[in-house]
Amino acid sequence: MTLSVTNLSCRRGEAVVLRGVRLSVARGAALVLRGPNGAGKTTLLRTLAGLTPPVSGDVAPERCAYAGHADGLKAQLTVGEALRFWAAIFGGADVGPAVRAFDLEPLLDRRAAELSAGQKRRAGLARLVLTGRPVWLLDEPTVSLDTDNVTRFAAAIRAHLAGGGSAIIATHVDLGLTDATTLDVGQFAAGTATMQDDPFAEAVE
Amino acid sequence: MIALILRDLRLAIRAGGGFGQGLAFLLILATLIPLAVGPRADLLAPVAPGVLWLGALLASLLSLDRVFALDLEDGSLDLLATSPVPAEGVALAKAAAHWLTTGLPLTLAAPALGPLLSLPASALPWLALSLLLGTPALSFIGTFGAGLTVGLKRGSLLLSLLVLPLYIPTLVFGAELARRGATGLPLLTPLALSGGITLGCIAVLPFATAAVLRVNLR
Repeated sequence: MTLSVTNLSCRRGEAVVLRGVRLSVARGAALVLRGPNGAGKTTLLRTLAGLTPPVSGDVAPERCAYAGHADGLKAQLTVGEALRFWAAIFGGADVGPAVRAFDLEPLLDRRAAELSAGQKRRAGLARLVLTGRPVWLLDEPTVSLDTDNVTRFAAAIRAHLAGGGSAIIATHVDLGLTDATTLDVGQFAAGTATMQDDPFAEAVE
Repeated sequence: MIALILRDLRLAIRAGGGFGQGLAFLLILATLIPLAVGPRADLLAPVAPGVLWLGALLASLLSLDRVFALDLEDGSLDLLATSPVPAEGVALAKAAAHWLTTGLPLTLAAPALGPLLSLPASALPWLALSLLLGTPALSFIGTFGAGLTVGLKRGSLLLSLLVLPLYIPTLVFGAELARRGATGLPLLTPLALSGGITLGCIAVLPFATAAVLRVNLR
């Protein structure tokens, strides 16, 4: 089992939005998070990534690579510089496989300011390969990607899964991951906060 | 961490990076003061170390709101927070990069601007030494303030209000060191205090900055 959490409670700001989250994703498997806007998909992913401390439960952020709504690219830096920077931050992996997976070869010397939205997204997602971490946490990864690039992205995910990795994806688009399990985040929606979650919960809600 | 410092240096020298902002501010100040006060050496020379120190302090304040805000905007800060580099390391690298892009150029430029304010040549090494000792504290305190206010809309006013009182000891002892150096008075006390404040800031503030960043990224 690559990643497994039980009884995880997540907060957004001061409010507890998810309670009793139970999920697990095996090596080579993908988990697709569903739920309407505001259900807590982003909150759950940020908690799993270690950006927001969980109210209860344990997470393993050191094994997760997070890709949020923003791509983490600097307008003044070229794609190659950005990828080498993230590679150095995450332990100095070779950028070659990431470049090939997202077909970035022609863009390496272009500055991020000159890229289209879809090209930026690809460059941002290529960072996931560089992290060398087994679990990819993807928050709406296909935003601003066209059909061709969605296909290419799905292929990159399948390659990652085939290599023994796993992925948790919040998306409304069908990525064609036939064997992915689906988890409805809505079922974990928290009602009112209790003293157990947070001794100060009553004061803030 | 080294990669982060190198990236910030590269960003600073690219177009729109704001590398020359602080230097331009100090140059404008040093040029305009003699015009406003009058070109009298007996008036300018005694205040010159203080004026240049004040100019360096305000110049370093100018670029503070960019320290974390740009990285938060484009998502880099989230990604750095999930990376193997500890938040303390990010804070240290950010403060070091801020000093290399503002404090160090100001330290090198201020002695060149001294003659504009009729500062005698014998005082210039002491001015440079005081800035070299004091400006790292400005960067580390400023980075802490930037971490506190990151994510706030229009946080730069709050940032100035938070940071300026913390700058006062550095300003007092830095300018005093430069003034005593210029007039040949004993300077062990301001030298020791100036260096002590800077070393204290470097030792403690990266941890404080990391703590406030973690809170602000929730």
